[in-house]
Amino acid sequence: MKLLHACTLSALCLATQAHAVNLTVCTEASPDGFDIVQYESAVTNDAAGLTIYDQLLLFKPGTTEVIPGLAEKWEVSADGLNYTFHLRKGVKFHTTPWFKPTRDFNADDVLWSINRVNDKNHPAHGVAKNGYVYWEGMGMSGLIKSVAKVDDYTVRFTLTRPEAPFIADMAMSALASIYSAEYAAQLQKTRQLEAINTQPVGTGPFVFKSYQKDAIIRYTANPSYWGGVPKIDNLIFAVTLDPSVRVQRLKAGECLVGTNMRAETAAAFDGDKNVQMMRMNALLTAYIAPNAKHKFTSDKRFRQALWLALDKKTYIQSVYGGNATPAASFLPPGMWSFDKSLANQYDPEKAKALVKAVGYDGTELSLFTRVGGSIDGKRAGELMQADWAKVGIKVKVQMMEWGELLKRTGKGDHDITFLNWAGDNGDPDNFFTPNLVCDAVEGGGNKSQWCNKQFDALVDEARKTSDPKKRTELYLKAQKLVYDEVGTIPAVFPEYMTAVNRRVSGFVQSPFTNNDFRRVSVK
Amino acid sequence: MFGFILRRVALVIPTFLGITLLAFSLIHLIPGDPVQVMAGERRLDPAFHAEVMHRLGLDRPLYEQYGVYLWKALHLDLGESFVTHEAVWSEFLKLFPATVELSLCALIFASVFGLLAGVIAAIKRGSVFDHGVMGLSLTGFSMPIFWWGLLLIMFFSVYMRDLAPDFALPVSGRMALEFDITPRTGFMLVDAWLSGDSGAFRSALSHLVLPAIVLGTIPLAVIARMTRSSMLEVLREDYVRTARAKGLSPTRVVFVHALRNALVPVITVIGLQVGTLLAGAVLTETIFSWPGVGKWLIDAIGRRDYPVVQGGILITATLVIVVNLLVDLLYGLINPRIRHAK
Repeated sequence: MKLLHACTLSALCLATQAHAVNLTVCTEASPDGFDIVQYESAVTNDAAGLTIYDQLLLFKPGTTEVIPGLAEKWEVSADGLNYTFHLRKGVKFHTTPWFKPTRDFNADDVLWSINRVNDKNHPAHGVAKNGYVYWEGMGMSGLIKSVAKVDDYTVRFTLTRPEAPFIADMAMSALASIYSAEYAAQLQKTRQLEAINTQPVGTGPFVFKSYQKDAIIRYTANPSYWGGVPKIDNLIFAVTLDPSVRVQRLKAGECLVGTNMRAETAAAFDGDKNVQMMRMNALLTAYIAPNAKHKFTSDKRFRQALWLALDKKTYIQSVYGGNATPAASFLPPGMWSFDKSLANQYDPEKAKALVKAVGYDGTELSLFTRVGGSIDGKRAGELMQADWAKVGIKVKVQMMEWGELLKRTGKGDHDITFLNWAGDNGDPDNFFTPNLVCDAVEGGGNKSQWCNKQFDALVDEARKTSDPKKRTELYLKAQKLVYDEVGTIPAVFPEYMTAVNRRVSGFVQSPFTNNDFRRVSVK
Repeated sequence: MFGFILRRVALVIPTFLGITLLAFSLIHLIPGDPVQVMAGERRLDPAFHAEVMHRLGLDRPLYEQYGVYLWKALHLDLGESFVTHEAVWSEFLKLFPATVELSLCALIFASVFGLLAGVIAAIKRGSVFDHGVMGLSLTGFSMPIFWWGLLLIMFFSVYMRDLAPDFALPVSGRMALEFDITPRTGFMLVDAWLSGDSGAFRSALSHLVLPAIVLGTIPLAVIARMTRSSMLEVLREDYVRTARAKGLSPTRVVFVHALRNALVPVITVIGLQVGTLLAGAVLTETIFSWPGVGKWLIDAIGRRDYPVVQGGILITATLVIVVNLLVDLLYGLINPRIRHAK
């Protein structure tokens, strides 16, 4: 590395650098840090979880299928409580100016990575001063009873209850990224454990080089990556907040990839000979949450009227520029067990009749929406307002900032709100448990405040069942129940868009809306 | 003069306290908290939420939190970011050079062109040039920064690339991404110069052009209008007529005799533009992906990163106060009538 650094000043190396293959990526935000388990934002996930770190398991590119990662194979005990992972041998940690590994990856690294987050008494637990919000949000601390080293290359997790999505959880970067225990010991010795957030070391495809705050992150290809050396020499993330500026940077060739492109910029590359807009139906559902605890919206018929009155065709055209499809299920189409038989409903006349039957007295209801975000919340709210006015429902659109929206909808202040849910681990449980079960009402995740014991029982049973066929049956029933009871109103399935220069090949969009560049090459 | 300085400095203390109170109360008045924002739409276990709030000291009464904050601020300890866990000072010092570099260039651009336009408009009063300058300065003053920035990008970066590629300017950022310069001072022009790579220096310079124009447009308009009216006033003075009668060249009369006196109010206006520049930097930095304190503060508000919001506002406000104080003192030095005013 020193050599490389010295190299940058010499003419010879400048010439070499000029021939280096760079992949420049325009990202929509800055990463929160590089200690991935402390954070959950999509950009942090891309900037740390899928570059610097590897996970025990990985997702097959472009799918939700779990494939071997740092664990080559795994077994589950008959009672579903023990998961044994057999680790890959010969995996090297990154060599950086701040750390020179003396050994390969082994079971100690897995133990350190999991215990550090899960065990409050672990010496490195306190590094995350805000706690491990995502770990807690996914309910991991109540799930993992212990993790034990069987031998140098085998670890065993013991769970407190059977949990079918656990395997998928172990492929998630914010939960199962593996750190070097040797590096942690080095930092602990010098009382600099906090540096794990700024000088990260992992086994991933790219080695962290530098971060110029809020501007540029630089990585170099990991020359000893177990999954094959990346085809690019340097990966560069350029933080570019404004969506229109991201478009211009892509057009000017300053960036070769633009992540998380907004719907209104979708047409910007129509007919462009250099840049193409890739689209994907990711694990993403935009939904409307009528508060089931408030007057009128507590009535199933009223919620159904809200659904029936909504002209989704116009809504999709106006808010998403046509880049979305109407939704009828809370699960998105890319999710296994998605119920294709459920159909969207649009019948304003029936909606009028239902509103009348409920005895709605014209009370103005609140519709909470956010400023900023992935769509124009104001326009979306006004379209809903207009559609509902046509069937006699009065709604006042209340714009608020994201933090305020979370606080107030978490407390149930709203009559109606609308949000997006992006899947984390490719398991249907990840859609239902955080958003629709009774327990999630108290934690603020269940914005509909809808609580149905029958639904809870179905989801609970599916979580404990390992047979995919049986789980599918249970989730089909759960979807039908949400549909019939209008537990929430699935609005649309937005397309996830990534702008990619035609010189780039091998880039595959992920259903999790994250971005992995390990297989990408640049012509 | 000493009494004048004392009076001016004494005024800074209540202003400073007012800022700390305002910054603290405004951010705490907005609903939502950092743990909630971090959890996003996800379920947040109330016990875990309470535990983290306690750890961050956010469960204490507000007056107590304010007291702690003020006490620490007086000891120059602004705490650390809830998100990155880095000291607020350290984050600020990493980003501030970018804002200073941009603001300085914008101010130089605004001052040079503003003064020149104002002087010429005053000399050629009532001419097409005068009306043109005044019209343009009004347009510049009223132009939304965001729109103006995007317009310049469209023209100079995108269309120009097809029309005259050699004159095309970069869309955003501080330097072309292929240059990997080790930051030493944080000022990209200086760092590029120190690296000895002329390409990097040229790149840093070209990246400054559009953001400096965008940020400097409003101050330019203000300076031009102020210079014009101040010059018109001075040009009517007896001593200017005397200078002309003595046969001095028009250039000497305007630039040596008249401009010197006309500059007094203009200097105050230029000093006051520091606040405008810092406020404008928030938007300009967003458009041009310029990693400065403006963007940092906006992000921190969204994340309820209280220490960053409070600390960032306090430092920038203190800087504006100091600059205004210096302008006040300088003005007092130039103009004795101000100094002796009770």
